[in-house]
Amino acid sequence: MHYRRILLKELKKDLKEELKYITDMILSHPKNYQVWHHRQVIVDWLRDPANELEFTAKILKKDAKNYHCWQYRQWVLREFGLWDQELAYIDTLLKEDLRNNSAWNQRYFVVSNTTGFTEQVVNQEVEYTQEFIKKAPNNESAWNYLKGVLMDFELHKYPGLLDFCQQLYDERYRSPYLIACMIDTYEEMLEQNCGEQREVLEKAVSLCRSLAEEYDTIRSEYWNFLSRILSSKYGSENAVQTSS
Amino acid sequence: MERFRCCHSHDFAIEKERYKEEGLETQTSEDQKNVEESISHYFKYFAVRSHAEKESFDLPSLKRDQHLLFLKKGLQHLSNSYECLDASRSWLCYWILHSLELLDEHVSNDEITLISQFLKRCQCSSGGFGGGPGQYAHLATTYAAVNALCILGTEDAFKVINREKLYSFLMRMKNGDGSFRMHEGGEVDVRGAYCAASVARLTNIVTPELFDCTPEWITSCQTYEGGFGGYPGLEAHGGYSFCGLAALVILGHGKLCNVEKLLRWTVNRQMRYEGGFQGRTNKLVDGCYSFWQGGALPLIHMVLAQEHNDNLSSEKWMFDQDALQEYLLLCCQYAGGGLIDKPGKARDYYHTCYCLSGLAIAQHFAGGKIAHLNVLGDPRNELKPTHPVFNIGIEAATHATLYFEKLPVPSSP
Ligand SMILES: [Zn+2]
Repeated sequence: MHYRRILLKELKKDLKEELKYITDMILSHPKNYQVWHHRQVIVDWLRDPANELEFTAKILKKDAKNYHCWQYRQWVLREFGLWDQELAYIDTLLKEDLRNNSAWNQRYFVVSNTTGFTEQVVNQEVEYTQEFIKKAPNNESAWNYLKGVLMDFELHKYPGLLDFCQQLYDERYRSPYLIACMIDTYEEMLEQNCGEQREVLEKAVSLCRSLAEEYDTIRSEYWNFLSRILSSKYGSENAVQTSS
Repeated sequence: MERFRCCHSHDFAIEKERYKEEGLETQTSEDQKNVEESISHYFKYFAVRSHAEKESFDLPSLKRDQHLLFLKKGLQHLSNSYECLDASRSWLCYWILHSLELLDEHVSNDEITLISQFLKRCQCSSGGFGGGPGQYAHLATTYAAVNALCILGTEDAFKVINREKLYSFLMRMKNGDGSFRMHEGGEVDVRGAYCAASVARLTNIVTPELFDCTPEWITSCQTYEGGFGGYPGLEAHGGYSFCGLAALVILGHGKLCNVEKLLRWTVNRQMRYEGGFQGRTNKLVDGCYSFWQGGALPLIHMVLAQEHNDNLSSEKWMFDQDALQEYLLLCCQYAGGGLIDKPGKARDYYHTCYCLSGLAIAQHFAGGKIAHLNVLGDPRNELKPTHPVFNIGIEAATHATLYFEKLPVPSSP
């Protein structure tokens, strides 16, 4: 492809023709690195992204998680600043499949490249994500996005977050991602010496244990490890008993 | 049979690990349920047989002979003089040789000579290796060729590598921001940084300027989920995540990324029902991620060992090693030899190599000086351990490192 491009330049070939050729190539080999990179170089030379969002949407219609396609779409958005309609597009994808992690990732990409995660945006995004979590509390993608959005905030100080989790928990949901979010919140409280330390530690450790022994047993090595860390860091001399 | 989750049929323990769709069917949940359904047949078949046959039942085995047959066939194909059109014969060399070394299979001197001479013809005059003779140099095929030559492990094989030219090839692929292009005029992604770091470390050509800014660039690929994407902004992905972390470890900057988040993301990729790993959140299990994700855990362990030593286990990695072996042994062995992504998929050398590499990781724990063997099923399933940074045999890595250590680091032109 590299040499093809050198020839294209030397022979002053019609780049629009080349774009048609590469369109066909991508349609028949949508998971090939070279064809997508070739398209990027051609569109970069043409400086005309008019059809690119539509084209990538067409590919994503068939395979909503095609990595190369998302990579290329991100390049187009960034290179030509075509951010306007992207959140709306992602919204339609998430309404079709709220487990589409590529769409959640794209949402994060768009927000961080446009408004950034200001307090107002974070509030909106948290609310948006919580609606999706309520629909399917076992959907890891939404939880990961929620935690990502709140990365620079303090979970335990974020209004209503712990209540939101506690409410789901009281409604007898035992999604591992829900429990993990509660553990992370408690860990932060321990770090910052908030609340009744001993009580918070006990809650965190017992949640770790419930994951290790019942709700997420395949990860018991990990949850037991986390539990040991918390106990050794924040436990007093008569530290809470942990399963090891 | 206690260690096989699918045999706990009396309490249907594994059935409660099935995907929870929560009354909301989407494409993702539909795909997931279909895979679980197909895997459940393998689990049930095994459970029923082990239950019925009791003592006479053979422990699940690695179909060593069949795999060797498949691998030998590939090797012959490679050493044959006729030119095939595979764009990545260097990769085939590596996948096959690494699989053979894990199976502790001897490669004859004639074959060693043939393959190193073949790889020599893949080396470009301006440095680096292509996918075949006469092809342009590419970082991925360079990585494959260097690994293959290190596995061959003879002085002649080591001497094939033109280290000065390799160094200048790597310098030419490097971008100002610390990242690497895969080839001249090619795409930039985190694979480039790993391939460059791996071959440079193995052959002892690391200089400060070669990797200036590279750890920072790699770290910028870590996503809000905790894993690494191929490029800043992209979704966290098992293959890239391994590359990012392994490169940071090679360059001595494992701590630069958020290791706790990476650990959480990585352990979450192990599938609660299947036992194997998925590549990304809400995607399907695939045997090759046994290495890309499973292999990241020894690396994370190494980085964490620098801090909370006391809390780390001294006999287990932080994933379910038995569950992964169960998935690989019961669901990923192709009847005629070779290993696969998941039931119903075709065999290939790529999946054979990475399924076996993942199996080796799951069997061997090694933290510092402590080693712990954890072989599921037939004891003869035991593979040779693999080096989690380079993914070549531990012995091959040690041997190559000792050889190249004695040679001077090329000075910058
Ligand atoms: Zn695969």
